[in-house]
Amino acid sequence: MQFPILSVLIFTPLAAALILLLLPEEKKNWIKGLALAAGIIVLALSVWLYASYDIAAGGYQFQERVDWLPALGISYFVGVDGISLPLVFLSGLVIVSGVLVSWNVHDRPREFFSFLMFLGASVLGVFCSLDLFMLFFFFELAVFPKYLMIVTWGSPKTREYGGMKLTLYLFIGSMLALIGALAIYFGSGLRTFDMLALENAGFAMAFQRLWFPFVFLGFAILGGIFPFHSWAPDGHVAAPTAISMLLAGVEMKVGAFAALRVGIMLLPEGARQWAWLILILATVNVVYGAFIALIQTDFKYVIGFSSVSHMGLVLIGFATLSREGLIGAGMQMFSHGVMTALFFSIVGMVYDRAHTRDIPKLGGLARKMPWAAIGFIVGGLVSMGMPGFSGFVAEFPVFMGAWRAAPVVAVIAILGILITAGYIFLVIRRVFFGEVPEELAGVTDVTVKDKIVIGGLAVVMIGLGVFPSLMVPMVESGVKTILAILGGA
Amino acid sequence: MVSGEFTSAMVLAILPEIGLVALAAILLVVDLLWRGETRRYLGWLTAAGLAVIMLLAILFARPAVEGGLMWGGMLRFDSAGFVFRMLFLAGAALTALYAAVTESVRLRGEFYALLLVSTLGMSLMASAADLIMLFLAIETTSIPLYALAGFVLRDQKSVEAGVKYLLFGAMSSAILLYGFSLLYGFTGTTQLYNLSATFQAGGIPTILIAAVIGLVLVGFSFKVSAVPFHFWAPDVYQGAPTPVAGFLSTASKAAGFVALMRVVTVAFPEQSALWSIMIAVLATASMLVGNYLALVQKSLKRLLAYSSIAQAGYMLIGVAVDTEFGLVASTYYLMAYLVTNLAAFGIVAWVEHNTGSDDLTAFAGLSRRAPALGLAMIAIMLSLGGVPPFAGFFGKLLVFGSAIDKGMIWLALVGIFNAIIGLYYYLVILKTVYVNEPTDSARLPKANLSWQLALGICVLGILVLGFWFQPFYSFAQNVAASIRIY
Repeated sequence: MQFPILSVLIFTPLAAALILLLLPEEKKNWIKGLALAAGIIVLALSVWLYASYDIAAGGYQFQERVDWLPALGISYFVGVDGISLPLVFLSGLVIVSGVLVSWNVHDRPREFFSFLMFLGASVLGVFCSLDLFMLFFFFELAVFPKYLMIVTWGSPKTREYGGMKLTLYLFIGSMLALIGALAIYFGSGLRTFDMLALENAGFAMAFQRLWFPFVFLGFAILGGIFPFHSWAPDGHVAAPTAISMLLAGVEMKVGAFAALRVGIMLLPEGARQWAWLILILATVNVVYGAFIALIQTDFKYVIGFSSVSHMGLVLIGFATLSREGLIGAGMQMFSHGVMTALFFSIVGMVYDRAHTRDIPKLGGLARKMPWAAIGFIVGGLVSMGMPGFSGFVAEFPVFMGAWRAAPVVAVIAILGILITAGYIFLVIRRVFFGEVPEELAGVTDVTVKDKIVIGGLAVVMIGLGVFPSLMVPMVESGVKTILAILGGA
Repeated sequence: MVSGEFTSAMVLAILPEIGLVALAAILLVVDLLWRGETRRYLGWLTAAGLAVIMLLAILFARPAVEGGLMWGGMLRFDSAGFVFRMLFLAGAALTALYAAVTESVRLRGEFYALLLVSTLGMSLMASAADLIMLFLAIETTSIPLYALAGFVLRDQKSVEAGVKYLLFGAMSSAILLYGFSLLYGFTGTTQLYNLSATFQAGGIPTILIAAVIGLVLVGFSFKVSAVPFHFWAPDVYQGAPTPVAGFLSTASKAAGFVALMRVVTVAFPEQSALWSIMIAVLATASMLVGNYLALVQKSLKRLLAYSSIAQAGYMLIGVAVDTEFGLVASTYYLMAYLVTNLAAFGIVAWVEHNTGSDDLTAFAGLSRRAPALGLAMIAIMLSLGGVPPFAGFFGKLLVFGSAIDKGMIWLALVGIFNAIIGLYYYLVILKTVYVNEPTDSARLPKANLSWQLALGICVLGILVLGFWFQPFYSFAQNVAASIRIY
């Protein structure tokens, strides 16, 4: 038997979460140390997985399977492919970054880091699931850490509203998806939750047309699809920095990933039928999100709406159902995850020192916090899709796919990117350049841990922009599987 | 199938009942012998006795899945009866342990004795196979519960709870009995397993059949506190001593469910179209009313009462679909619900003991005052809300699945709609526990051992039922298989 590396990957944060709860409250350094150690193990394992995945062979590798409840065909069944591996790597990156930027949490750190680890386990579990039940189980495992972390450690003004809104929106989504998933289970007649078996169930056209919206929209709500996106900015803004990073960086990808895996891959004909609607909604996402981001005066809301806008590109990529579009979507999931995690971490660093997120009250911070300024500019360039950064590698194929599917979508979406350039430059100018207001005279530079986070995330984005071959072939191998399903249906 | 001879198998079939009677008698004697604080061991004695009975039953008195009729057709000794008996015994044992923190009951021998007699009644309800036996069992369950709800004579609320429960209970018993009498009148038999055949042959008009089924359902709806027969629940839960409220909301509800499942599936298999829709309506009403009224409650006990009405609604889905899978789903849900709600009332009892109040405000900042209880609250509330990795998630998944399996999509949609409302107020409680500032920031003292043990078992149950499905699912399967023997 091979080493159960995916199980170790999923259960490391879970075990850390439980052990953390047993540690005495006063041992704050142990608590942080353990959380960081767990994060680093996850990151190391994900890098190892990424490096040893056999791209030529493709398909789901590192599979493990244990019966969970045979009476209902539920099994613990994990495996990763070219789509999920980059996301696993992304999770590792963001978990470690999240721990590092939360080093100064004073209120009940034991619970904080434990819940953070639960959230980490939840996202890793979803990305690795090949069993529909298990996917659901881990998907919903995120409910309580998300809610409690936002309302307990979030920003006092909006945390109760933002936390509840986010949790209920996502719960509504997951309940819709649950109904759809159960319909798939019972409708297949196979009495199994094994997604690889369900892919070949050959659902009737009417069945697919009926249930695809439940599953796809249910999960895509977590991906921030218009008009169910409004939880995202409110929730992200209310959340503490590490959670904003995980929510926008990884959780939104969990939604998109599950929509792809369960919606498009299990009900491909349904996807074809409804692609036009997704295309329209996602295009609205891109343009509307960018416009709203443009007029925000709260630094964090700008980033919150930018996430809505960028997730639109992922969904456009899905809806094209084409090779280019799907590769772009896969790349964009990773690229946006890293970028938005970086953005939110910088917003958090600025807020911690300036004690305000109001853009008009900020200014000239490049002199005070050069690392933050550089990091933000790198993130900004990624978000505009500049060549040489990961955003280009991700967005360009999406536009290619969109052009082939519906040129007008591509045109409108590119317009959205122009607006993106607008709000990014505005923020950079207003926050990082110009005069330093008097109140901010005492602002100090970021800590070493913050620099590690900024540096690490920025290097990944630039590295990917310069050497796209580090990830594109991997994603392409995953897309092959999807195209086979779409072609075969 | 019914033999007149007396065999040892017959004794084994009622081993738990014999044990309960013996234990109740022992308790009454010990109560006379022990004085003052020594009596605090009464709870331990009850729990230990119940554990011994469970152990003996598991070792020596396990029935075959389908089982058979015993005692002249009065009882059916099968898996459904057995699994539910174990649930009742466990529920009673946990209640006895929780009682240690409730001042008004903890040193009173008769409290524990009444608890045991009520458990005896439930135990018989789970296996009754004859209308007369069933009715007697229901009364044996209820009468001690009336007394328990009104146990604290100095407390007006408790007395009011007792009287209210008695009046509602007597009324619904009368209606149930009327239904039974009509059944007997139509068929000439009280034997549950012979009813359906005679019922078919009779050529009775549908309207009358519907009326009979309706009357029977009223009686059970009261036991499981389904809307519109739920009015007693909030007042009784609030007024009764907290451990009693916990017992009422779990074991007593489970007893109602097992009897309901058996009666509708065994006695009216041909009329399932009729009762299926009736129960579906009850389920819908319970979920909607329970959840909506829970939204506005300020007292946690009342909130839990409304929540338990809603929970009964989810469980009724599994009965309404009239499939074997539906019964499995409801049974699993019941097990999950039993441990969860007992844990919830356990915590309420302890907080009430320390702050003298069960208002939501008394729970503010509980996570600071007692971090472990804060974590336990996460498990409890999310289990009630149906979120993994806690027990309630799998229960909800199963009942919604059973509705979809049967093609009753609308019922599943009503269910998820309610699950969302439900999650809202469960999250509000968690927010109170984690975020709100406590009025008194001092740490809560350490609770006594028996309470800790009981809460520990419940929370462990919530976690174990939440991911280790296999054993419990197979128990539920046995229950369903033994009820649906046709």
